[in-house]
Order: sequence, then C-alpha cells, then structure tokens
Amino acid sequence: MLRGLWKLTWLEIKIFLREPLGAFGSILFPVLVFVVVSRFAGGRLTPGSLSTAGFLRVGLPVFVSVLIALSGVSSLVTIISIYREGGILKRLRATPLRPQTILTAHVLVKLALTAFTLALTMLAGKRYYPVHNHFPVFGFTIALLISTWSILSIGFLIASIVPTARFAQPIGAAILYPMIGLCGLFVPVQSMPLALQVVARALPLTYAVSLLEGIRKGEAWSTHMGDVAALVVVFVICTALSAKVFRWE
Amino acid sequence: MGVSGTPSPVIQVSHIRKSYGATAAVSDVSFDVSEGEIFGLIGPNGAGKTTTMECVEGVRRPDAGQISIMGLDPFRDVYQVQNRIGVQLQQAQLQKRIKVWEAVDLWASLYPKPLDGNRLLEHLGLADKRNAWFMTLSGGQKQRLFIALALINDPEVVFLDELTTGLDPQSRRAIWDLVRGIRDRGKTVFLTTHLMEEAERLCDRVAIIEYGKIIDIGSPEELVGRHCPTRTVVLATGDAIAEERLRAIPQVENVMCQDSQFTLQGRGDDFVTEVIQCLSENRIRVTDFRTVLPNLEDVFLKLTGHSIRD
Repeated sequence: MLRGLWKLTWLEIKIFLREPLGAFGSILFPVLVFVVVSRFAGGRLTPGSLSTAGFLRVGLPVFVSVLIALSGVSSLVTIISIYREGGILKRLRATPLRPQTILTAHVLVKLALTAFTLALTMLAGKRYYPVHNHFPVFGFTIALLISTWSILSIGFLIASIVPTARFAQPIGAAILYPMIGLCGLFVPVQSMPLALQVVARALPLTYAVSLLEGIRKGEAWSTHMGDVAALVVVFVICTALSAKVFRWE
Repeated sequence: MGVSGTPSPVIQVSHIRKSYGATAAVSDVSFDVSEGEIFGLIGPNGAGKTTTMECVEGVRRPDAGQISIMGLDPFRDVYQVQNRIGVQLQQAQLQKRIKVWEAVDLWASLYPKPLDGNRLLEHLGLADKRNAWFMTLSGGQKQRLFIALALINDPEVVFLDELTTGLDPQSRRAIWDLVRGIRDRGKTVFLTTHLMEEAERLCDRVAIIEYGKIIDIGSPEELVGRHCPTRTVVLATGDAIAEERLRAIPQVENVMCQDSQFTLQGRGDDFVTEVIQCLSENRIRVTDFRTVLPNLEDVFLKLTGHSIRD
C-alpha cells in the first residue's frame, strides 16, 4: 500500500533543500533567531522571577516544539495545495501511488526537518540555558514525535480539501491559532472559564502540550496515557477522513 | 488476437455518460480500440475527449455506461489496470526541482516490472538531460519525459492526451515518430488531439467527437472517402481545346475556368488518372498541375458545419 514511500520521502527532502531559502528558512533561521534572542536576553533573565525561570525551564522547550510542529502543518498544507494547483497531484494520481503515501511522505519530510531543527536548537540552547542532567531527551523526543504526527494529521485533512494555495494559509491559520491560544501553554486549562475549558479539551494541541510538559518535567508516561490516546484518536480520525475526501485536482 | 483472426478489442466503451453539474461533458459515447493500433479521439477543445479518456483510465467514473479495458473494469479494478497502462495527462506537471532521472527512478519504483530507465531516456533523446531540473526543460523535453514515465512500466496500453499541443512543428514530428515506435513494439496507443494533421499522420483509426457525442469512426482514408469523396485537380494550360476535352471525361462533375487555370472536381479513385490520360491523349500542354485531396479537416467541416479551430 505504501509502495514508493521511502523513495518519495527522500526525493521530497532533496527537492525541498533545493528550494531557494528551503534549508535556510526552515532549519537555520529558527536556530539563528533562537541563538540571537538567547544571547540578547539570556543574561538578563537568569536572576528574574521564579515564574519566568519556570517558564524557561519547562515552557520554552514545549513552546518551541509546538511552534515548529505548527509551522510544519502550514507548510504541509501549502505544499499539497501547490502540488494540486500545479497538476503534480494529477500526474501522481495515474500511478499506483495512493494519497496516504503522498501525505505520509510529506509528513515524514516535515518530521525529519523538525527533528533536525530541534536538535540544532537544543545544541545551541545548551550554551545559554544550563540543561539539567535530568532532561529526558529520549522521552521528550518520543512525545514530540507522537504530538507532531497527530497535529500534522490535522494538516492532512486541511490539505486534502483546500482547493488552492491561497485558501490554504487562511484556513490553516483560522484553525491553528485558536489552538495555540487555548492549548494551556499560556493559561493553564484549569483556570479558564468552563466554556473555554470544554473547547480546549476538544483540541488536540491541548493534549500535546500536556504530554510534552509532563514528560519534560519528568512525569511518568503512565500518567499521560490519556493524552497519548487522545492524540492517537485524532490521528486516526483525521487520516481516515482525509483519505476519503482527498482531492487530486 | 480474437478467435475470428481480427484484432480483439483491448478497450470497449459502450454508451458512457458523464456530467459535471448541469453540463454534460460526455452524453453518449461508444467505441472499441483494437490491440496494436493507434486510435485517436479527435475533436475541438471541450468536446469531451479528455473526460472520455480519463474514464477509460479509471481516473473518473462515468455516470452511466460500461467500460472494459483488457477485460477489466477500469474503476473497480483500478490498481490492476494501473500496472498495465501508461498515462500521459494533459497539463500535468512535476515538482519544479525534481531531476529527470529522479522522476524516472521514482516511477520505476512504483511498478513490479519496470524497464531500464537509462535506456528509456536514451531512446527518447533525454540522456544528456538526466541531471536537469524539470523546470529547466523545454516543452518538447517535458513531453518526452512524460512519455518516458508513461512507458516505464512496459504497459500494454498507452494513453496520450493532447501530447503535442503547444510544441513547435519539429518537436511535434519527433514525437510522432516516438508514438509510431510505441505501436511498432506491439502496444496499443489511445490518444486525443485537436490537430487534424496529427490524427491523419498518426492514427490508424479515429473517432470524431463533438459536444460529447461520437459523430463517426473509421480510418482517416475511410472517413475522407465516406464524407468527402470529391477530388480536385487544378491545372493551367493555354490550349484552346482543353476545356471541351476535360469536360468530356466521364468522372468530371464540375469544371471551373479562370483565365488559363482550370479547376476540375470529380469522384472515384480513377479520377486523377483519367484527367492525366485525357491530357496526354490530346497532347495538351500544361504549365501547372496539382491535386487537392480532401483531408480530415474537410471531413470535420462537412460533419459539423464548422472548422475545428472555431
């Protein structure tokens, strides 16, 4: 069923890196911004308030991860709609390639680039923020993969139906930005008004943040099985739906 | 080959219909394509050529009617069919920065028994473009790459949709040779075109389609013979007895004379020979002699009342 997946994935990574600004814009630029901001602010924040320090220690890695995952969604949606408009999807349709394969390949490309960017950011971060010995790199990576995969599946669904690239961005933004606001990163879900809490609980990003924060703090996976389950459910639903409604042209 | 010894149909289309909303793109189309022939669906833009072809490829599902390709249902058995057909689509593109060899390599990996991609590129004259990005190819090179992709799985039936549209005459001729080569290797070719010259030079049989309906099917010669049997000879002579003698030829239906130029119209395979015989028997000196034979363009005009370019 996924014939051609690895070849297509590798090909798409190469093609992406050939884009002007491809490698720079999506890998080096975020790292560069991170380094510059850290240099600028790092010294001043150290003696700051407890809550700032807390956010830096727990919140920042999660925040960065979530932002990079979300930018993955919007670029996934954009690239699929460009392929659709350009007749590339149409050409791929008349081959044994399935829509799932094409979408999965693009997700893998985004995951690989996300992982690479994060690794670089972490390396850079080591200099400015003393990484504690107990930072769970492995666990955090797994949690991040699960979260990103699930969030990207929303991108699957949007990418499957938006007709053109011009629609892709606003639709993506309209769905993603409210999620960022309500995911619990800035305001804990428990302290939101009840109605917003209900909305927040329905958004997959909330579970992703809860999982990432928990694992970052060193909590056990067993306490976050609910989050994982929610993310998996989102992934399954979005993938199934997008295979059904996928538009080739 | 069928039992009767005549080539068996590889594609059978009967009474298919396809609408997009209120517009009927294809209203009632039936035809057969035989093994090993180049079959052309010809008609103006918007006549329903591409829709018909995409239904046969299994890309679209007709609203009504039956299609069989190599004994399979193109929509239900789409995965099986896709392994045995090669497709070139109208207005398709590839990733701008994909290299020629990468595209061929990807396509080859999708099929169980692919051909050797390098030899295919060489055969299509793309060997020196192996490392070129798709966006840097010329129109003719892109089309040749699409032909390569359509042939990579060594298909039994090859679909070519408006293959030479937008190409210069030289590239067009080169592509025609390639298509004949595909047929000569025993494959069936199903193509669409709105270029009558292309259909005439390339196709063994054509179906003329307009407003989603097939108007007539046959070899280009058959269609011309059936709908435009009148041949024309134009000659120039100063001989005074010429007009009288030419009018006496039994097959001549009409003689028009302007200054010293005669335009004769008649029917039948012997018409031109008769005119030449008459000239030689009467020792009529001519300073100009040419025949004007009707072609598919004239057939189309006759059948539809308008030129295909209108």
